[in-house]
Amino acid sequence: MKLKLAFITFAILLMTILTGCEPLLVLDPKGPQAETTANVIWLSILIMAIIVIVVITLLIIMLYKYRASKQSEDYEPPHIKGNPIVETIIVAIPVLIVIFLSIVSVKSTYEVETVPEGYEDNEPLIIYAASSNWKWHFSYPEQDIETLNYVFIPTHRPVEFRLYSYGPITSFWIPQLAGQKYAMADMVTKINLVAETPGDYVGRNANFSGEGFAENTFNTTALSNEEFNKWVEEIHSTADPLTEEQFDKLLEPGHLGQMTFTGTHLEFAPAPEGEHAGHHHGDSDEGHSDHEDSEEESHSDHEDHSSH
Amino acid sequence: MEFFDRFAIPHPSPMIYASMVAIGLVLIAIVIGLTYFKKWGYLWREWLTTVDHKRIGMMYIISALLMLFRGGADAVMMRLQTAVPDNTFLDAQHYNEVFTTHGVVMIIFMAMAFIIGMMNFVVPLQIGARDVAFPRLNAISFWLYFAGAMLFNISFVIGGSPDAGWTNYFPLAGTEFSETVGVNYYMWALQISGIGTLMTGINFIVTILKMRAPGMTLMKMPMFTWSALITNVIIVFAFPVLTIALLMGTLDRQFGTHFFASTNGGMDMLWANLFWVWGHPEVYILILPAFGIYSEVIATFSQRNLYGYKSMVGSMVLISFMSFLVWVHHFFTMGHGPLVNGIFSITTMAIAVPTGIKIFNWLLTMWKGKIRFTVPMLYSIGFIPLFTIGGVTGVMLAMASADYQYHNTMFLVAHFHNVIIPGVVFAMLAGLTYWWPKMFGFMLNERIGKWGFWFLSIGFCLAFFPMYITGLDGQARRMYTYSEETGFGPLNMLSFFGAGLMAIAFILIVYNVYYSFRHSPRNVGQDPWNARSLEWATPNPVPHYNFAVTPVVNSSEAFWDSKKNGHQLFKNKTEKIHMPNNSGLPIILAGLFFVFGFSFVFGIWPGVIIAALGIFGCMAYRTFEKDNGHYIPVEEIEETEKKLGGAK
Amino acid sequence: MKLNNTEPLEYSTNQNQMNILGFWIFLGAEIMLFGTLFASFFTLENGVGSGPSGAEVFEITPVILETVILLTSSFTIGLAIHAMRINNKKATLAFLGITLLLGLSFLGVEVYEFIHYYHVGVTLQTSAFSAILLTTLGTHGAHVTFGLFWGLFIFLQIKKRGFTPETTNKSFIFSLYWHFLDVVWIFIFSFIYLKGMM
Repeated sequence: MKLKLAFITFAILLMTILTGCEPLLVLDPKGPQAETTANVIWLSILIMAIIVIVVITLLIIMLYKYRASKQSEDYEPPHIKGNPIVETIIVAIPVLIVIFLSIVSVKSTYEVETVPEGYEDNEPLIIYAASSNWKWHFSYPEQDIETLNYVFIPTHRPVEFRLYSYGPITSFWIPQLAGQKYAMADMVTKINLVAETPGDYVGRNANFSGEGFAENTFNTTALSNEEFNKWVEEIHSTADPLTEEQFDKLLEPGHLGQMTFTGTHLEFAPAPEGEHAGHHHGDSDEGHSDHEDSEEESHSDHEDHSSH
Repeated sequence: MEFFDRFAIPHPSPMIYASMVAIGLVLIAIVIGLTYFKKWGYLWREWLTTVDHKRIGMMYIISALLMLFRGGADAVMMRLQTAVPDNTFLDAQHYNEVFTTHGVVMIIFMAMAFIIGMMNFVVPLQIGARDVAFPRLNAISFWLYFAGAMLFNISFVIGGSPDAGWTNYFPLAGTEFSETVGVNYYMWALQISGIGTLMTGINFIVTILKMRAPGMTLMKMPMFTWSALITNVIIVFAFPVLTIALLMGTLDRQFGTHFFASTNGGMDMLWANLFWVWGHPEVYILILPAFGIYSEVIATFSQRNLYGYKSMVGSMVLISFMSFLVWVHHFFTMGHGPLVNGIFSITTMAIAVPTGIKIFNWLLTMWKGKIRFTVPMLYSIGFIPLFTIGGVTGVMLAMASADYQYHNTMFLVAHFHNVIIPGVVFAMLAGLTYWWPKMFGFMLNERIGKWGFWFLSIGFCLAFFPMYITGLDGQARRMYTYSEETGFGPLNMLSFFGAGLMAIAFILIVYNVYYSFRHSPRNVGQDPWNARSLEWATPNPVPHYNFAVTPVVNSSEAFWDSKKNGHQLFKNKTEKIHMPNNSGLPIILAGLFFVFGFSFVFGIWPGVIIAALGIFGCMAYRTFEKDNGHYIPVEEIEETEKKLGGAK
Repeated sequence: MKLNNTEPLEYSTNQNQMNILGFWIFLGAEIMLFGTLFASFFTLENGVGSGPSGAEVFEITPVILETVILLTSSFTIGLAIHAMRINNKKATLAFLGITLLLGLSFLGVEVYEFIHYYHVGVTLQTSAFSAILLTTLGTHGAHVTFGLFWGLFIFLQIKKRGFTPETTNKSFIFSLYWHFLDVVWIFIFSFIYLKGMM
């Protein structure tokens, strides 16, 4: 019975924390993508809680009713092989639950991977987010500015983050706006998100990337479109341009505070997409042209062409 | 001097030096002790050269317990470091080394060794065999595992520990970002013990298929044997993938290839794919034997036959098949689009169905039973709700869209500990307590055992349930520290407290061994638990030939039938028994493998070549060797049986 | 040792039957091993980086030669086992010897092929493609090399001890191994060389 007690304690603990003053980040969404996942999470917690309660109740009934101390000395339990009806039920219930959750899962996965509903017609703001040990570089090709370790985004406009990495695999994560996506060195991945409430949101690399991983965070600020444009203008009038030399220095392992530049590193160090990709996923045409490119180079030239 | 520089620790700390001294002192103490008590000969003859499946099983289990304490110490250090915000007990590099070591040691050298040890001890007894199909290969398997484990464990005092996580993702694990030899150790320790595991897989499949007692058809095998068979099939198909992945990783690190590099056409995610094509079946390699143990224990202590035998077998077969079809769920966030993620999300959730069937079957086994709350049964009872929680959080993680939020967080850490600890560790403790009299001829103390169970269960809940919450609050895994304003502090402190309770539980469990060794009565009889399956038809402890007469079986609960339904197990009269000879070759071979691995880690090529030649020399010697085993005469068997008061 | 005279000698004892079953399971693991290599090969095939692709460096002559040699050796090991079944020690030894010599010449051609690759700039370090190509071929080649020593030891044992349950069992298992290497080679030939040259 101590077990039961432990569970009740835990349940109370869970309740107080979940309903407490500070909502958990993932369950406190500030944009449609995070909201979709938060709803999926709540739904699954609910269904799963029912399953757990059913199992625990059944277990307690069995233990209570059939414990040896309650039965007579000469009680000999029967030999029961199994019952087709019972076994059909215990197969059918999990199957139904899994089918239901599968539908939810697939549908919501499509939802969070595309531009959120209602924003399809807006032109997305494209921001390249590149990780290096242990920093995040944000490049705004449209605005022609670059920031380090912080990112400003306008609210109510879809933002498309294009992710890649100068080093280990990292995972781009702003819990209150959208789920994670890996950033890798040889390809570009994308996150679509929209912020609906202005505010500051924590963002971080969630995938272990070595010594400085714990502090590999950045700050996300969502502000209205006018304020965003004002911010961009301000940077153009105050910040210095980013040079290649300076960028190479920024890539060196370590931690740096927040920085701002005009111009982006994409001009001299393009992202690994299109012709600059390290490899091609099932795109045979591109693969072919890539291979013809390399034919022109001499075979002894072992330098990596994606780092040019 | 330059030669020795490479062995220096790259990130020294007083703790590591202290461990070095401690290791040295323990080794000296062991050597002096063995010499003083003149036990070298006994150790060599009876243990180091043994091919007896029971002794090999015990050596596996002892090693697993040692590794449990190694990995457990790492766990406590991690929880201590994260107990309060901005703690400085460990720095980032050491924390990274500690969690990497914790993961590898617990999965590969603790859990794997524990289940293989259990299979070694129990399976031949359950099928009425006298040993496994290839006894000497079995010894080689153990010693290779042991060589791999030792190789991995010396890394932190010689050359530095691996620091790229147990998943060892490239390019982080490549030489560019992990310069020390640590990851080389990872590659070779896993490679060497992996070869041993693969051979165990082959050995047990043949044993179970070919050496069952007369009358024991496949559908009359005890459930643990079934789980062992399926586990070994998974081992045979999964481990070669790891072999190749490790080979490619070694080539990348030590020969400058570009398999997993992001340059020259390499693909970093290939490692992640290969790793998890092995890694996910590996999870089921661990859990299926645990399911087998629970099936035995729950049936025994409910005093009832296992409910739904056929659906139990069917669901395990289904799990083994599906375990190869879900690996992508370990990196939904890699960006292969909603279609791929959707498919793997569905396959992952589908695997919950056969698992759910098993949970219901165990509950229905208790139905109308006569439940005795012994220590093995307590672990099984604790397993059901806790594992269900672990299972349903697994289903939550399987939903790809939500996984984008759980991935790489403490939620995930909580989930997999929630399946592995109540799943595998509880099962091993249940199995160990259950079969303990079979191994040593006395029982473990129930009172201390129950205290251990409660400390472990409550400690477990306190240590891991808070992680679900901090995960949802955005605490990523593998962070060596966090700031105060994140608010993760109190729950992490609670986790540390839980970890402390678990540590006390394990100390109690070890103390129980000591206490019971001193105080437990030795005349436990043949059937202390009122058990059901065939292994209990042997005396306790089991004589080295197992069964004096080959039993004849008519059901999956042959021993129960012989007790209650008048089934005659031993119809034939005693004949001389053929047994395999002991051999020193396995331990020598494993020693050479250790030298090979160690030299390779540091790129000491003469050592590599000499060890490789030695390994081939051993194989050549073996192929020319004539060894047909020996016979135990009838008189000796009868005398032993009389002494043990065994088979009628 | 119970002898069962209705079975061929290599199957005659329980232990022999278990050895053969165990080896079949081992071959199952080997299929996974080479399967992983093939899967990795297909993944990295286009990852030539700045190095040459397969079509540029593959030479048809040595590959055809290797294929013919290995297929023939698979045939001769079959003949050796046949001779063993009809209890003809001399023929068994002769065919086993021919198999080993063919295996040795296969390795010779493969060494030549590797030297060729080295000269045209395909080494382990060139690109992911070159690395997986050489690793796959090398793993197969290492299996053949291992087989040569193993076969030689069995040759010596048959010569010295004649046909016993042990020697026949070993020979039979060795023949399974050798056929398996042949099958792997057929896959290498079709999916690495032919596909690469097209």
